[in-house]
Amino acid sequence: MSELTLTVMRLGFLAVLWLFVIVAVQVIRSDLFGTRVTQRGGGRARPAPERERPQASGGRQQSRQSPRQRRGAPTKLVVVEGSLAGTTVALQGQTITLGRAHDSTIVLDDDYASSRHARIYPDQSGQWIVEDMGSTNGTYLDRSRLTAPQPVPLGAAIRIGKTVIELRK
Amino acid sequence: MSVVSNTTTIGSIGAPSRRNTELLMLAFAVVIPVFAYINVGLAIDGTVPAGVLGMGLGMALLAAVAHIVVRRFAPYADPLLLPLATLLNGLGLVLIWRLDQSERLRQLGQGTAASNQLMWSTLGVAGFVIVLIFLKDHRILQRYTYISMVVALVLLAAPAFFPAREEDFGAKIWIRIGSFSIQPGEFVKIIIAVFFAGYLMVKRDALALASRRFMGLYLPRGRDLGPILTVWALSILILVFETDLGTSLLFFGMFIVMLYVATERTSWILFGLLMSAAGAAAVATFESHVQQRIVAWLNPMAIFLPPEQRPDGLISDQAAQALFAFGSGGVLGTGLGQGHSDLIGFAAKSDFILATVGEELGLAGMMAVLMLYALIVQRGIRTGLAARDPFGKLFAVGLSGAFALQVFIVAGGVMNLIPLTGMTMPFLAQGGSSVITNWALIAILIRISDTARRPAPAPAPSPDAEPTQVVRL
Repeated sequence: MSELTLTVMRLGFLAVLWLFVIVAVQVIRSDLFGTRVTQRGGGRARPAPERERPQASGGRQQSRQSPRQRRGAPTKLVVVEGSLAGTTVALQGQTITLGRAHDSTIVLDDDYASSRHARIYPDQSGQWIVEDMGSTNGTYLDRSRLTAPQPVPLGAAIRIGKTVIELRK
Repeated sequence: MSVVSNTTTIGSIGAPSRRNTELLMLAFAVVIPVFAYINVGLAIDGTVPAGVLGMGLGMALLAAVAHIVVRRFAPYADPLLLPLATLLNGLGLVLIWRLDQSERLRQLGQGTAASNQLMWSTLGVAGFVIVLIFLKDHRILQRYTYISMVVALVLLAAPAFFPAREEDFGAKIWIRIGSFSIQPGEFVKIIIAVFFAGYLMVKRDALALASRRFMGLYLPRGRDLGPILTVWALSILILVFETDLGTSLLFFGMFIVMLYVATERTSWILFGLLMSAAGAAAVATFESHVQQRIVAWLNPMAIFLPPEQRPDGLISDQAAQALFAFGSGGVLGTGLGQGHSDLIGFAAKSDFILATVGEELGLAGMMAVLMLYALIVQRGIRTGLAARDPFGKLFAVGLSGAFALQVFIVAGGVMNLIPLTGMTMPFLAQGGSSVITNWALIAILIRISDTARRPAPAPAPSPDAEPTQVVRL
């Protein structure tokens, strides 16, 4: 076997071995996050609520949602105050967990939040329900502290520590 | 309402099972050893080896069986553990086959080992399948905390009662029945992790909280020192009666790692290091086998001096030959099949297999192989972080800690960083007990990670939510 072939194979083998390592690290990288984060707005700072409201009120987003969704049902959850302000989560029938635990849908970096603080989920009829999961400092819907799971009206403020979230169309 | 600067959308990915990723990586992990096999054949004989089709198909078959079992019994498991183990096992087979071709090793009376190793790998994958099918939930093992302690002690003590043989080279770590031999210390690695995890889960609050603060360190109470003293005494006894430095270091290190993880007290690590240093130094003063290892570690090149100038106890040039192998490999290596690591002699296929990696793949290949080990350890520790139950956390960290320690002890020994101890490089080195144990270890990590990554069940409908009428005002 010629020297050249063997040299090419030797370097090729090292390259393939490292390629495996790099691909494996990429798999880990895609595995790090429990949720997918999409950056919008091209990195420019702009007031998000003003931009989102006209879109939502047009009702065009309804058509993109699943057909069984009722009219007037919220399509997204928006964090309006706190360190995560501006974050939105699309509501697609999944349970949204809130808390400091790293596997929560929304990981709250808030001294007043418990690790599994609250969750928001749809009941059988598609109505979104907020439930406090035994948090220390409580979850507030508008001004009242939650004692049992309660339906969340559109635009009602859910307050957890310094974080306020709303359901929006 | 605040003006927002970051507009991001968080969407749920659902429950990714990542099985297809695993399949792709697995295919990759089968192709690389086949490439290596062809490379060795071309370099040694100038032809593609005849067995390439059989070897490729055999590995693919084993990998496929393992993958299907994971898909069926642990669908949410980590996607990397199985491909990494497959790749390391395949590379090990190729390296052993490559050393089988060496005329020098054949003259030393070493038969072919690759086919044997292939059989052991098959048994290992069979063990992997059995563990995954029958261990439905790792928490079952928690019930056997103290039984596993007894079993581990019996297995550890067993080799001391079997007659030592000439070719064991000092370490009494084998049980021989006829021509068949097993190395119980390998299996004990998993069994004792069950005991440590179960014990520390119950006792960790006492160990972590009841302590006095002294000079910035949390010192444990005297009565809480019991377990660490026991394990320390045990590892010293192993060292004295079986003269097996590696196993002794592995168990003590594993216990320290798990103790630290369970209690978050740095003082345990300090105590552990001090105690192991003191113990090793004390034993080394009277145990000649340990002394030999230390002499060989401090003066590996002195073997080439004339006999009257050599330090006492230096009997083998394998440590020096391993260093030569690393040196001649350089950065990019000599190429598979073109090195002379067979000069190491009888342990070239087992303890010193890393020297072959270092010579024929060079520093670049060596680092890649170490990265593969590091990735397995990382996935294991990640599994421990994600696990929801304390037993699973400790168990996963303990197993991956033991794996990491073993890699460190073997690699450090071969590279002459620490005294050489007779242990096997997981998956790479020749040795049946080791391959079977490590496949079982990977199976347990996959089981824990499946439990940890399984999506939480849908929220149970609250019983009193139904009849409550909400009156909107």
